[in-house]
Amino acid sequence: MAEFKHKHIIALRDLSKADIELLISTAESMREVNSRDIKKVPTLRGKTIINLFYEASTRTRTSFEIAGKRLSADTVNIAPSNSSATKGETLADTALNLLAMKPDIIVMRHAVSGSHYHLAKKVSCSIINAGDGAHEHPSQGLLDLLTMKERFGRLDGLKVAIVGDITHSRVARSNIQGLTKMGSSVFLAGPPTMMPPGVEKLGDVTVCANMKEAIQDADVVMMLRIQQERQGKTLMPNTREYSRYFGLNPENVKLAKPNAMLMHPGPINRGVEMSSQVVDGDQSWILKQVENGVAVRMSMLYHVCGGELE
Amino acid sequence: MNLLIKGGRVIDPSQNMDDMLDVLVEDGLVKQIGKNLQASADVKIIDAAGKYVVPGLIDMHVHLRDPGLEYKEDIVSGTRAAVAGGFTSVCCMPNTKPTIDNKAVASYIINKAKAEGFCNVFPVGSITYGLSGDRMSEMGELKESGCVAVSDDGRPVTNPELMRRSLQYAAGIGIMVISHAEELELVGEGVMNEGFTSTELGLKGIPCVAEDIATARDIMLAEYSGAPIHIAHVSTKGSVRIIREAKSRGVRVTCETAPHYFSLTDDAVRGYNTNAKMNPPLREAEDVAAIKQGLQDGTIDCIATDHAPHHLDEKDVEFNVAMNGIIGLETSLPLSLKLVDDGVLTLNQLVDKMSCNPSNIIALERGSLKVGAAADITVIDPSLEWIVEADKLASKSKNCPWLGQKMKGAAVATVVAGNLKFVR
Repeated sequence: MAEFKHKHIIALRDLSKADIELLISTAESMREVNSRDIKKVPTLRGKTIINLFYEASTRTRTSFEIAGKRLSADTVNIAPSNSSATKGETLADTALNLLAMKPDIIVMRHAVSGSHYHLAKKVSCSIINAGDGAHEHPSQGLLDLLTMKERFGRLDGLKVAIVGDITHSRVARSNIQGLTKMGSSVFLAGPPTMMPPGVEKLGDVTVCANMKEAIQDADVVMMLRIQQERQGKTLMPNTREYSRYFGLNPENVKLAKPNAMLMHPGPINRGVEMSSQVVDGDQSWILKQVENGVAVRMSMLYHVCGGELE
Repeated sequence: MNLLIKGGRVIDPSQNMDDMLDVLVEDGLVKQIGKNLQASADVKIIDAAGKYVVPGLIDMHVHLRDPGLEYKEDIVSGTRAAVAGGFTSVCCMPNTKPTIDNKAVASYIINKAKAEGFCNVFPVGSITYGLSGDRMSEMGELKESGCVAVSDDGRPVTNPELMRRSLQYAAGIGIMVISHAEELELVGEGVMNEGFTSTELGLKGIPCVAEDIATARDIMLAEYSGAPIHIAHVSTKGSVRIIREAKSRGVRVTCETAPHYFSLTDDAVRGYNTNAKMNPPLREAEDVAAIKQGLQDGTIDCIATDHAPHHLDEKDVEFNVAMNGIIGLETSLPLSLKLVDDGVLTLNQLVDKMSCNPSNIIALERGSLKVGAAADITVIDPSLEWIVEADKLASKSKNCPWLGQKMKGAAVATVVAGNLKFVR
């Protein structure tokens, strides 16, 4: 069995192909646990996990919490109000206070890119990134890889289209890192206002002139959430026009390979980035992504605790 | 105390001098320059063999944080850092608390510097009252109180009408306007240069054009008004091009860049290094090349540090939260000497950009070793190698991207008005 040598999981950029393979293969074992009647193993009994979410989250926070509980860890959720920073306590001080209660892992979501690296210099426990700004969302990237592997049985040689606001997307960055390392190719489409400079240099990435070009013959079409609250008002006219050019619908989905898998990290704006027909259609793997999220997070928690599979 | 600086290579562009000479200082003035000068018994001799002897270096852009932000720096620590870096004069920016927008604050700085400081301190007053951006400061009184320029450094004067009138008004008074050229709408919430590195790090980018467009606007306003303007901290190839073009048409524009803009690229931000966070941000390799070209061909007149001390608590935080700016007084000279080693500048040009030009631009009547001039003199050992160590820096703040790195070249003696203020 390969060994996982990282104390923290902050970015897929920091992991090797072997690391990612190990995390996915463990997640595949964890999936079995999740299908049992009694969905609990004693693996992390006595470990304490703090979910520290500075940004709102339903899916990711719940998924990490369930993942911890299924491994028998004690999980605590903290959602400091957005104003707590302005009340004077720094992130490092908050973390040091939590650390005094001896957690084994802090799972953090934070709006500032790179804040986990700052935290890692301050605390002695493991840190897992549950999303940092527009930087990375490694558990999402891994669950997307796990889901693609479930569908195709492999992660190399796939054509993966990612459509939407690439600039602000930590999901896109983690997928670009992960897919490139595993030997697949990423094709990006989105309004030029949402395409960050030099993104093609991040990996095996092609920036396409339009959505059709990106999804043509794709094995996977991944649609990103439009977050107008984060994007300000200058990046596009409105969601109506956006969905005309960058929305996935029963018509343009035919450009992808027959039975191509359709993905979305959620939450979905129905009728904007995806029409309801494709969200709820046969090709949609969206809920499978959510299901796999628990297994992937169990794998991540397990490995940063230095565990070994028996 | 009288001084005889013996056997150094005296480089003084103000009198086309570059020769092995002795410099005799008496009563705070340059008394004599020549070969084999003899000293009487009461003269202190500084052996400058193998060293450069140049007009005291002038940094026309520093933040001394005094009054109001003394936990970052004060006039004593800041000027101690200045002389350690070879500077005999610094111009301090008005974003203190309170702002340098009145005679009381300007006088406080000048008096404290005279009483307790290690070098000459020339305050820069604000263009707008309280840096508010909505009405002019009393520039006449500021000038009478000893301010040598006006600037809202740290922020642009966003209103073009107010900037136009400020340029006109300041020209009438005879005080230089220093422009902080930045279009805030284009900067938005950006925290580093926009480019591949910001894409990879997922940090909001600041596009070059945010500086270029503001540089162009302010030059156009100055040209239209027939007023001189000085552009602070030039960092982009676009700004260099715009300034070069304006100069070629005879527009009265001068400018400065800072050592970090010709020494580092935005690669330094990797690892979310907050000591590589400043405004304007570190740019890309082609901007660095353009800055060097601009220094070489005379487009860029001065090297100024934008010395911006910040407390560790303001830097040891998440990247977006960290304050902008780095200290620079103690690393400017070696970083600039590297331009000479690399063949970008001649020594003569270097002394021009670090002493003569800033003096001329804001009429400090320094930057010269002519007989009778104030004896502000820097003795430089160009080959001395040293490591930048936080606890050895004179500045109160240690926000420096070169900590732990080796530097080549240093001031070994700094003479201010004939007084030996620093010896290494």
